[in-house]
Amino acid sequence: MKYPLNVRVNGVETSVDVEPHRSLLNVLREDIGLTGPKEGCDDSECGACMVLVDGRPVNSCSYLALQTDGREITTIEGVSEPSCPHSIQQALLEEGGVQCGFCTPGIVMSAKALLDANPSCDEDEVRLALGGNLCRCTGYQKIVRAVLRAAEQLQDRAGTTG
Amino acid sequence: MKPPPFKYHACRTIDEAVGILDSDPDGSKVLAGGQSLVPVLNLRLAAPDNLVDINSIESLDHIRVQPDHVAIGAGTRQYVVERSDQLHSVLPVVREALSHVGHSQIRNRGTVVGSICHADPAAEMPAVFLTVGGEVTAHSAAGTRTIGSDDFFESYLTTALEPNEIVTQVKFDIPSGRTGWYFEEVARRHGDFAILGVVALVSLEGDTVSRARITIFGGGATPLRMTAAEQLITGAKASDIGGDLLERAAIEASAAVRPTDDIHASADYRRHVAGLLTRRAVTRSLERAGSPA
Ligand SMILES: Cc1cc2nc3c(=O)[nH]c(=O)nc-3n(C[C@H](O)[C@H](O)[C@H](O)COP(=O)(O)OP(=O)(O)OC[C@H]3O[C@@H](n4cnc5c(N)ncnc54)[C@H](O)[C@@H]3O)c2cc1C
Ligand code: FES
Ligand code: FES
Repeated sequence: MKYPLNVRVNGVETSVDVEPHRSLLNVLREDIGLTGPKEGCDDSECGACMVLVDGRPVNSCSYLALQTDGREITTIEGVSEPSCPHSIQQALLEEGGVQCGFCTPGIVMSAKALLDANPSCDEDEVRLALGGNLCRCTGYQKIVRAVLRAAEQLQDRAGTTG
Repeated sequence: MKPPPFKYHACRTIDEAVGILDSDPDGSKVLAGGQSLVPVLNLRLAAPDNLVDINSIESLDHIRVQPDHVAIGAGTRQYVVERSDQLHSVLPVVREALSHVGHSQIRNRGTVVGSICHADPAAEMPAVFLTVGGEVTAHSAAGTRTIGSDDFFESYLTTALEPNEIVTQVKFDIPSGRTGWYFEEVARRHGDFAILGVVALVSLEGDTVSRARITIFGGGATPLRMTAAEQLITGAKASDIGGDLLERAAIEASAAVRPTDDIHASADYRRHVAGLLTRRAVTRSLERAGSPA
């Protein structure tokens, strides 16, 4: 039996009918058509499915879709337009923090949550914030450097405008 | 993998949740933060007919700091508990232990009570509960009862809870007097479950140890109190607790754990680490108890 789910996804009010056993990841990808969040393990281990629910990063594979009723969800698709990447995305490109790219949407979501809350973060804080994101390609160093670079840029920008 | 279908109940009250559990105790599961249960469902290691979601029961979301205990509701997320300065000021070991529970993303969803109910022997919160002492409050259609920390953990992932019971809150006792604490765990990577860990509280009256609680986790089917080591140092003068006494406490701890070999470490290694961590826990707790706050 299906139940109505009403959520705000990347700023858009969205209504779908879903069965209770479906995960948020599953519904985002298959019913709402947002395939940015990836299924790496479905076991809450890898972070490839990371999205923000009410601004906090969570693994969408271990979140029942119906539990998000009434909440605000942000996926990688809601972070930027392809023509104008977010500072984190730009920095990942510049630092070489993307190889196969499977982990990247999840990494960007965790990093965004960190930088939104704490733009003056240091390397230890970046490593802790990305603790739930596995990357099998890059060896992490370039990703960490990219997030620190994005933090610097965001701070510079805040400094010049404010 | 995808979980098999189940009936989902987003309960608004404790009575509603308890009613569903009571109608089908063996076919129902309580869903808290889902950070252990949903992966278990995805892997089809469990296939309940009814999922009783307690996340929308508002009365379960609380932290109450009282003079002699702290009460944490079953809906309260780990990250909220971790950030509570009021709780931190009376039980600093909790924040330190929580920082080792998975990753921040896990703690954004997971609950303290859910972790205690799940009763993973290598988990941090069950060990903290056993060390600080306290009780859980369990509700069922038959009424309400409390279960003390010493009676709660029975075996691997098994507690004294009946299948028709819901824990509504856990109480952690606040130690009296000058108390020092220690927390440490050995894991290959930060965020992993511990290979072995220790939680300790040591209280002093004057220069004498009035109470000692030492728990090893990851060293058996449940978190284990190191009662022989505790007894060795209780009543001793802090200034006398040195080489020989510490050595004996370590030997007692190594003998008291019941570890098994697994892919993470051998039983021998775990026994060795249990002694080492116990010795360190006593020394550092005494230092903290002795130094003025
Ligand atoms: C990648 C990853 C790493 C992790 N690392 C760690 C770690 O290092 N240390 C650690 O301790 N934990 C770790 N966890 C587990 C995490 O802490 C869980 O949040 C916790 O074990 C369970 O809490 P929960 O609220 O998510 O409960 P759930 O997953 O919802 O429930 C767990 C179990 O407890 C029962 N239950 C929950 N609440 C109640 C209640 N109120 N009354 C009766 N029964 C109840 C459920 O029925 C279920 O059987 C990790 C999880 C993941 C996914
Ligand atoms: S798919 Fe969700 S954590 Fe791996
Ligand atoms: S770039 Fe391939 S997994 Fe991270």
